[in-house]
Amino acid sequence: MRRALSAAGVTALLLVLGLRSADAAVVQIKMAQVAYAPAQVTAHVGDTIEWINEDIVAHTATARSGAWDVTVQPKGKASVTLKSSGTIEYFCRLHPNMVGSIMVSQ
Amino acid sequence: MPALLVANGWNTPEDLNSFTGNLMGPNRIQAGVDSRSLGKAVGRAREDFMSIRLVAAIAAICLSTSGAFAQNAGKPNDAQIAHIAYTAGQIDIKAAQQALKKSKNKDVREFATDMERDHKAVNEKALALVKKLNVTPQDNDTSKALSKQAADKSTELAKLNGAAFDKAYIDNEVAYHKTVNDALQNTLIPSASNPELKDLLTTGLKIFQGHQQHAEQVAGRLK
Repeated sequence: MRRALSAAGVTALLLVLGLRSADAAVVQIKMAQVAYAPAQVTAHVGDTIEWINEDIVAHTATARSGAWDVTVQPKGKASVTLKSSGTIEYFCRLHPNMVGSIMVSQ
Repeated sequence: MPALLVANGWNTPEDLNSFTGNLMGPNRIQAGVDSRSLGKAVGRAREDFMSIRLVAAIAAICLSTSGAFAQNAGKPNDAQIAHIAYTAGQIDIKAAQQALKKSKNKDVREFATDMERDHKAVNEKALALVKKLNVTPQDNDTSKALSKQAADKSTELAKLNGAAFDKAYIDNEVAYHKTVNDALQNTLIPSASNPELKDLLTTGLKIFQGHQQHAEQVAGRLK
């Protein structure tokens, strides 16, 4: 009986993890005209943020918390996976007039 | 002298001749009706080459505050605007190259690397655009004044070393970007006729406003 319950628990856990993985979304943000578009996005823990640079110069997406700092070459892409909830403010180190934020929920 | 036009020494005659010569060379694109109109505009612009109002603008750049450019400048044509914008970019590229030769400060070197890369990218785009439009960028007194100021500043910076150089270079980058951004915003962009040129200048302004903020941040860390 205990073994059956344990097996059921493991199965349920795997199902939850599988669903969580299947639910994880990719949120795309353009870097265009020296701005993030959209500048504010919402996402969930486990989602991936993907920046697509349409400008002629390189940009960064740099979290003010220091959690991540990605460089995106012209016409290139780069991404980060969100690991915890909260609001992340970020900017471009090379052009600090570029600012954005990500509201991350569970 | 106010630190307004403060970049590095750009060898004006050679660079400008090379730039213009390339545009006049075999790769020059023969364009249609619109481009021919632009060509006529260039011809007319040559007649205005010594415009007294542009001379006044130079004096304003050299002797007064950054806003004076907008207050005193006449309306430059597209060929002149292209030359001024390209010249301003080349000046900052040369300034960055001087900084990369002289500075050992990581923050300053990274900034200079960013300036060299970004201004090259914008100027490559500008070259491609003027070729497409069959516009020959036209040397003018604003470009000449920018280049003269840059050469003088380069000589001044060459005499400095270490922290003194770093501070002078970054302070000048702040002032130079502010001056160029004011000129773009108040004179060059409003005066540009061709929509593609106007768009490129507008994008350039946003990039250079970013540079100004970046330079201000580096200057703050140097103190």
